Amino acid sequence: MTSDTGPLSLNVPEPGCRPGRTPDFSDFEIPRAGAVARPPVDADPDLIRDMAFSIVRVLNKDGAAVGDWAGALSTEELHEGLRHMLLLRTFDARMLNAQRQGKTSFYMQHLGEEAVSCAFSRAMEPGDMNFPTYRQAGLLIARGYPLVTMMNQIYSNAEDPLHGRQLPIMYSSKEHGFFSISGNLGTQFVQSVGWAMASAISGDTRIAAGWIGDGSTAESDFHAAMVFASTYNAPVVLNIVNNQWAISTFQGIARGGVGTFAARGHGFGIASVRVDGNDYLAVHAVAKWACERARRGHGPTLIEHVTYRAGGHSTSDDPSAYRSRREAAAWPLGDPVERLKKHLIAIGEWSEERHKQAEAEVLDTVRAAQKEAEAIGTLTAGKVPSPRDMFEGVYETMPPHLIRQRQEAGF
Amino acid sequence: MARMTMIEAIREAHDAAMAADDRVVVFGEDVGFFGGVFRCTAGLQEKYGKSRCFDAPINESGIVGTAIGMAAYGLKPVIEIQFADYVYPAYDQIVSEAARLRHRSNADFTCPLVIRMPTGGGIFGGQTHSQSPEALFTHVSGLKVVMPSNPRDAKGLLLAAIADPDPVIFFEPKRLYNGPFDGHHDKPVESWKAHPLGEVPDGDEIVPLGKAAVRREGTEVTVLAYGTMVFVAEAAAQETGVDAEVIDLRSLMPLDLETIVASVQKTGRCVIVHEATRTSGFGAELMSLVQENCFYHLEAPVIRVTGWDTPYPHAQEWEYFPGPGRVGEALKKVMED
Repeated sequence: MTSDTGPLSLNVPEPGCRPGRTPDFSDFEIPRAGAVARPPVDADPDLIRDMAFSIVRVLNKDGAAVGDWAGALSTEELHEGLRHMLLLRTFDARMLNAQRQGKTSFYMQHLGEEAVSCAFSRAMEPGDMNFPTYRQAGLLIARGYPLVTMMNQIYSNAEDPLHGRQLPIMYSSKEHGFFSISGNLGTQFVQSVGWAMASAISGDTRIAAGWIGDGSTAESDFHAAMVFASTYNAPVVLNIVNNQWAISTFQGIARGGVGTFAARGHGFGIASVRVDGNDYLAVHAVAKWACERARRGHGPTLIEHVTYRAGGHSTSDDPSAYRSRREAAAWPLGDPVERLKKHLIAIGEWSEERHKQAEAEVLDTVRAAQKEAEAIGTLTAGKVPSPRDMFEGVYETMPPHLIRQRQEAGF
Repeated sequence: MARMTMIEAIREAHDAAMAADDRVVVFGEDVGFFGGVFRCTAGLQEKYGKSRCFDAPINESGIVGTAIGMAAYGLKPVIEIQFADYVYPAYDQIVSEAARLRHRSNADFTCPLVIRMPTGGGIFGGQTHSQSPEALFTHVSGLKVVMPSNPRDAKGLLLAAIADPDPVIFFEPKRLYNGPFDGHHDKPVESWKAHPLGEVPDGDEIVPLGKAAVRREGTEVTVLAYGTMVFVAEAAAQETGVDAEVIDLRSLMPLDLETIVASVQKTGRCVIVHEATRTSGFGAELMSLVQENCFYHLEAPVIRVTGWDTPYPHAQEWEYFPGPGRVGEALKKVMED
């Protein structure tokens, strides 16, 4: 033992803003909108390494769409995008309230992150497959999955497509390119790579997208996904949604305070991009670029969506216990709905009046769906799935021991 | 009908399945160019190409995870975990994902996946090349668990597993890979090629999952065994002169309870033999089922003969797993009661 080095100490990263403190994002480097060039889709990952440290942004502070990544969407598509985000936000608010009223056990909202899933969904084609986490319901909403069906699952009522077997927000729809969600974090990142490999093995044209949160990038399966995607040049888009918080643990714990999440792709030779996750146009443009890259056989892309979870982790979480109440408002990339709205107004394609009208229409749509779903039942009232359903579908054919147990249970 | 080793039979099953269905893909550590460390997949890459039989990175969770994605896509992956002892990094993928996918998605997505792994001791593999973790998988709803004891069953069960619409854990007793033995550890293994049980039909004969086989008929005691322990049980019966009925379970999940119950009700006595550690082992499940279904027919307490509840030893493996001596003592003991 040497005496001249002194005792060692452990570094435990801390977020900048605990409750009661003033939020300070001054050291968060945000490039100007339009500053990051759009490389060709066949770009060599080695030549675009800087994209993992910058942030692709399209909408500037005045609401103008600027730079190489702008111009990919028509006005009609932008209107639709705004509607999808409003729909998701309104759906969230109603379901959050329904949980507080005891109509379901649990809910997870997307507040502040609506652009990520809604804009990404538009870049994918029918037949492609997402392997989402619990905070990408926008993938379903933007693909027209029925709101009533979503609510039926949230209420675990008799029309729940999953018969009350899954948590309320863990949807599944092969038809809508939405893989069954797992609560075990990170597991599905590598499954998305396998699905994409299978498409390549089969000579298919479809691609996959994996989704993971910033906290779960610490899981071994994140690294497994990267090595398999890299090794086999899988046609997959690997999305990290960095919403700053993994329940109460800030993103620096998984990241270690060095580099960026996107930069982790460099060691695998994977094209790696950071994007402004609160900028609908930027998310869509980067997603489209990455999907095209995958579809043309140029391999995987890692996208870090830089965003902020403005709400709690779930209905079981109280974020005021671990972060400043003012932090969400101080988040420098703003609100995705407000930014797209401002853009549409700036280009003369929207107004405050039309926005209010759209909000009212969306609320009517969600209310009507909720009325329809609640008429069937909720977790605590109305028609519920049969307990017999829990014995069904464990295997394709029910084995004798399960038949005996089902009979023993009285069904 | 050809005579072959269990390794060759497993290879034949792969070959037959891959020839019949181009959705069958095979991958794992060393399985491609080299054909696997035990050579079970030798020649498949050459015959079916690199995209249907390939080497994987050393990452079991990644191997199983990608295979789940492939199965959900519509392929039928058959993957090799190099030793059962290496499966633990993939346990979450198997238990939380593969096993539950059908149920949690209401069959929107399914997982027709076969996970092969060499199991058990007897080759001086020490703690990390000798374990028998079957009970960890039989406890999981949604999985099927299989372990053959001879080449014919290995081929037929593997074909059934590949055809199965649900995930199957396929354990291969590595002590039986190249030949059967008479149950004693210190005698040379006889090649399957010179053994009648090494006879394997040509083509694609399936051995259905969930059906046990009576290897030796008897009237005095039922011995429940699987994998390597089938031979140990047969040797013990032979050497003690106890008229034991030896049942080779073949499938642990689903289990052929009917055959077990019929036999124990006939003999009135039961000895359970497995190589895995005793506590919470599969023998505990078998004992419970025998008690629940055959209590009034039993003339003696059921006895388990198992590996000890210690980490698997390197130098003392012959003292670790049951041999005919320990099983023979159990047979004599149940006959005394």
